[in-house]
Amino acid sequence: VTSLAKLLEAALFASGRPLPTTELAALEPDASPAELAMALDELRGHYDSEGHGVELVELGGGWQILTRPEYTETIERAQLAARPARLSGAALETLAIVAYRQPIGRAEIEEIRGVAVGGMLRTLLERGLIDVVGRGEGLGRPLLYGTTAIFLEQFALRHLGELPRADELAVALRPQQSAT
Amino acid sequence: VTATLASPESGTTPFVVELDHFSGPLDLLLTLIREEQVEIADIPIARICEQFLLRIHSLGLGEAAEYLEMAAGLLRIKVQMLLPRRGDEEEWDDPRAELVRRLLEYQQMREVVDILQHRGDERRDRFARGYLPQPAAAPQAPLTLSLPALLAAVDRVLRLAREPALHEVIARALDVEGAIATILSVLSLRSHAQWRDIVAADAAPWQVLSALLALLELARRNELRVAQPHPFANVEIMRDVASEAA
Repeated sequence: VTSLAKLLEAALFASGRPLPTTELAALEPDASPAELAMALDELRGHYDSEGHGVELVELGGGWQILTRPEYTETIERAQLAARPARLSGAALETLAIVAYRQPIGRAEIEEIRGVAVGGMLRTLLERGLIDVVGRGEGLGRPLLYGTTAIFLEQFALRHLGELPRADELAVALRPQQSAT
Repeated sequence: VTATLASPESGTTPFVVELDHFSGPLDLLLTLIREEQVEIADIPIARICEQFLLRIHSLGLGEAAEYLEMAAGLLRIKVQMLLPRRGDEEEWDDPRAELVRRLLEYQQMREVVDILQHRGDERRDRFARGYLPQPAAAPQAPLTLSLPALLAAVDRVLRLAREPALHEVIARALDVEGAIATILSVLSLRSHAQWRDIVAADAAPWQVLSALLALLELARRNELRVAQPHPFANVEIMRDVASEAA
């Protein structure tokens, strides 16, 4: 393992959050972007091929060392760590709308979902998945919401562009299949 | 099925209904359309409307405003469909068009929900470092504890609580006014200065603090500007040309 890969490993281990490439690059100003990418590749390959309980994952706009899923049950049973509570379908619906239509106000979300979402927005705000990103033009200058870095991290997304584009979604343009 | 009275500030609809299976009237409608195996673009509105009313009645949703609103909307479309059509087929505005648009939009969003669900589950199965464990719950009474273990615990607590480390704080007057005078005199000679120009290398802590406060005070009064091009670089102190000109 090269010394650059070791340095990156140490930094990723010390940090509790995903580290973007720019922050990793600042650790070793002499390293070129290509060298950095190679070192990250090397570290990931090292974890994958040498039988480690952790893996190197790119998500939430950065790199992070995560435990492998096969150990989750055991770790959780031993109460060493706990998975965050799953979001309800209604919460995910609200989140999906915010992710695609951001910045978006409450009224527009309610228009799409057909239900009141005030309480749901508060839950998502408390969990740090969305944030107020501005105010709309309309009456009363409604609050506008957008997704956060925590959202990307918790849904294993590198960036919003990893969500399918609206026109790539299968059902939007074709009629519902009759046999399901 | 959970129904909660939301707090007053939460929004316009105080009564929130959330079902285990349906996240709203559009979800229920979409489910019915699937069950009836009909096309969204050509909904047999009378049949679906009837099914919808039956279902919200059996689920006890007859008082949930959002479901009632949808039911009313379906009934209105049903009536509009019964009205005789005037003129050509082409001029006829399908009263279902808006509902179809909303259903397609909703269905598209549900597809994203599936993606988020899948990715979220994958991420949930991996732990990151930096997890802060919840404070341990107190053990249940009665405590089963051996005497040596208890004494060891008492010992640990006592050792932690031993001699508090005392530190005597002596108030030393800072000379901010003096430091301000120093900085201004340096800046009267040259437009740029650095931290080491205003504080001697062997300065005592009170002198460093005085200089720092003086610097911040002068920056606040817009009498100079302070900049640091990148972390750990030398701090540059500049005469504020703008305020001088004014």
